[in-house]
Amino acid sequence: MAKLNSTKELDNLRNDLIAQWDENKPSVAICAGTGCAAFGARLVVDAFKHEINQRGLESKIGVLVTGCQGYCERGVIVVIKPEGIFYQKVKPDDVAEIIETTLQKKDIIDRLLYKDSETGKSIIYEKDIPFYKYQRRIIFGNNSKISPVNIHDYLRIGGYSALSKVLNGMKPDEVIEIVKKSGLRGRGGGGFPTGRKWESCRKADGDVKYVIVNADEGDPGAYMDRSLLEGNPHSVLEGLIIGAYAIGSHEGYIYVRQEYPLAVKHFIRALEQAREYGLLGEDILGSEFGFDVKVARGGGAFVCGESTALMASIEGMPGEPRAKHVHTVDVGLREKPTTLNNVETWANIPLIINKGWEWYTKIGTENSKGTKIFSLVGKVNNTGLVEIPMGISLREIVYNIGGGIKEGKKLKAVQTGGPSGGCVPERLIDTPVDFDKLTEVGSMMGSGGMIVMDEDNCMVDIARYFVGFLKDESCGKCTPCREGLWQMHAILTDICEGKGKEEDIEVLEDLAWTMENGCLCQLGTTAANPLLTTLKYFKEEYDAHIKEKKCPAGVCKALIQFSIDKEKCTGCGLCLLKCSVKAISGEKNEVHDIDTEKCIKCGICYDICRFDAVIKK
Amino acid sequence: MEIDTKKLEEIIGKYGKCKSTVIPILQDIQEEYNWLPEEVFEIVAQELGIPLMDVYGVATFYRTFSLKPRGKHIITVCLGTACHVRGGQRITETISRELGINPGETTEDLKFTLETVNCLGCCAIGPIVVVDGEYYGGMTSQKVASLLKKTRGGKRE
Ligand SMILES: Cc1cc2nc3c(=O)[nH]c(=O)nc-3n(C[C@H](O)[C@H](O)[C@H](O)COP(=O)(O)O)c2cc1C
Ligand code: FES
Repeated sequence: MAKLNSTKELDNLRNDLIAQWDENKPSVAICAGTGCAAFGARLVVDAFKHEINQRGLESKIGVLVTGCQGYCERGVIVVIKPEGIFYQKVKPDDVAEIIETTLQKKDIIDRLLYKDSETGKSIIYEKDIPFYKYQRRIIFGNNSKISPVNIHDYLRIGGYSALSKVLNGMKPDEVIEIVKKSGLRGRGGGGFPTGRKWESCRKADGDVKYVIVNADEGDPGAYMDRSLLEGNPHSVLEGLIIGAYAIGSHEGYIYVRQEYPLAVKHFIRALEQAREYGLLGEDILGSEFGFDVKVARGGGAFVCGESTALMASIEGMPGEPRAKHVHTVDVGLREKPTTLNNVETWANIPLIINKGWEWYTKIGTENSKGTKIFSLVGKVNNTGLVEIPMGISLREIVYNIGGGIKEGKKLKAVQTGGPSGGCVPERLIDTPVDFDKLTEVGSMMGSGGMIVMDEDNCMVDIARYFVGFLKDESCGKCTPCREGLWQMHAILTDICEGKGKEEDIEVLEDLAWTMENGCLCQLGTTAANPLLTTLKYFKEEYDAHIKEKKCPAGVCKALIQFSIDKEKCTGCGLCLLKCSVKAISGEKNEVHDIDTEKCIKCGICYDICRFDAVIKK
Repeated sequence: MEIDTKKLEEIIGKYGKCKSTVIPILQDIQEEYNWLPEEVFEIVAQELGIPLMDVYGVATFYRTFSLKPRGKHIITVCLGTACHVRGGQRITETISRELGINPGETTEDLKFTLETVNCLGCCAIGPIVVVDGEYYGGMTSQKVASLLKKTRGGKRE
């Protein structure tokens, strides 16, 4: 790779790459994102390479190993191109057949196709599958077209053309104006207008300024940022370079979560390739603009996703937030003006520059423009990453894209916004997904976690879960957060254990108010949201725990008992065999019995009984 | 504990000697030893010219760092929200029972360490258990029991 000295040279390179690319060449795109990797994607990739090599077909069949394509539930996913045939749950043993039947003979293997959950009919093409059909994948869709470790793939599909456009005569203020007009708001949770943030930072005093990618992705249950970085790192990098140019920064950072080693690897690879081509470094593409990026790995602290804590962490200190009467755009990293944006926010930038703000503002609602990627997980049939235009309803996401609730159970709530968000109850399921509407119902957009809960989830347990999470993650600086969460957790634990008192609710609400008003950062000020929304929408569950000492969902261990349905038990003996504390007794082929004294309520008997004979009440 | 000072110097040399490099330096040292022996704090503090307290402050603030020896096999159970609603807690309890240790602890023979984590970014196929860096999705109490057996026997699926 030789350094590119002008935008013209970049265009030439791109044209060459496009000319060399045969769109009609049969090829397989194998997803090797983290989800598919857990299903053994590596082995599938190896099998394809081996089989193709054995048959001497290297020049005839292309193999593309991609990052996360989104439909993780169905991994390993293999898409046959150019037709777009979608095979799911592919195992190494299927590979030879795929090559012979589909790639060579152009026949379909029905067994590997997706079956429509309603009609049971097989669906051949990716574009027809409901999970994809209702999405609008303008950011995430490129993941399936490229290899994340090959800059040529990204260049071929138009990568770095936005940077080229910017460096080819656009003034920094013009770039900022476009971003402002696009209405883009931060995807990290706060939803602050990105263009305005950039403008303030550009105007701030000082020669040295920093831009940072927030890839700390602390929201437990969300992995959009991970998948973007792993699957299309250059898109984030291109956005960052454009931002740096607009703001007047020459040094950037990416702060990546410690749990994401592959994201770090792919991003570092992207940096190296970009440097070789002169897309980073001095005089980028022959312009006078210079910029480079360093990688900082997080240390597994949720609070470090908060802007000032993140900057403290990069400086080598414990990640404690500071008060923000002085904004980080004026005094940020090393006390210099700093712009921090989320991974997905940065990835939106090249698109906006290329397609224009007029195009971008046509997507979404009045105050929430563009698309948002969500991690649709929990008790929904189709789990994975979904990118939707802002404004569609939770119902559309859960039922059209998500295919409804697992095992035909009843939807109870959708949790958005992570530990700062709330639970939207089933009756508000028609709420449109945009920044304002979700806040109106007491939750928030957040960074993109969307956890679907069904009748088997206990909402008191969920509140306790989030409070417990935050209790462990509080940095300990502000007393209301440190002690308040601790007390809140103790009270909620009591309620879950049947030791709740009626006056507990009032104490919880008091604590919530104190935290909201007495904490420095949003970890503390929003910490009570999961509690408050469950109290608001599911008060009856709290009452059942406190007054009747019952957990209606059957989750809180202290409030449930396992027993055996004498009518249904066949005496097969499986539960007896599996019970680790020998609490089950009974002769073969006779009704069994559970000794409640010995039972530790691990629930394994309930899970394995094939006759539904174990009762949980 | 015997510390290979040359290795330490190599790591420190890679990042340079200033306050802001303390986190990546400790991360790399931990990668080397699997935990942070007490002796390294003094060396790092001296080399970087910062108070011992600052090194210790960082090492105890971030969850990444372990100040106790960890086992040969590291078992991590995800307790992120998505895994929680699908029963991650029960998986943890099963492993705890099987190994006779609580989360955060190591078996006496230094074979296993049980850790929990808040999300691994694999939420769609939870509950997730990671054994020595390999991800296992859709875990149940039963599956995890056989996974442990395999790990004990030195073999894995
Ligand atoms: C406790 C806490 C944790 C946060 N974690 C993240 C995170 O993991 N990722 C992220 O992008 N923003 C996170 N944020 C929001 C950031 O502070 C900041 O608003 C955001 O990175 C700005 O980028 P944006 O405008 O593009 O959203 C967190 C905020 C708080 C208070
Ligand atoms: S919640 Fe377990 S991997 Fe995300």
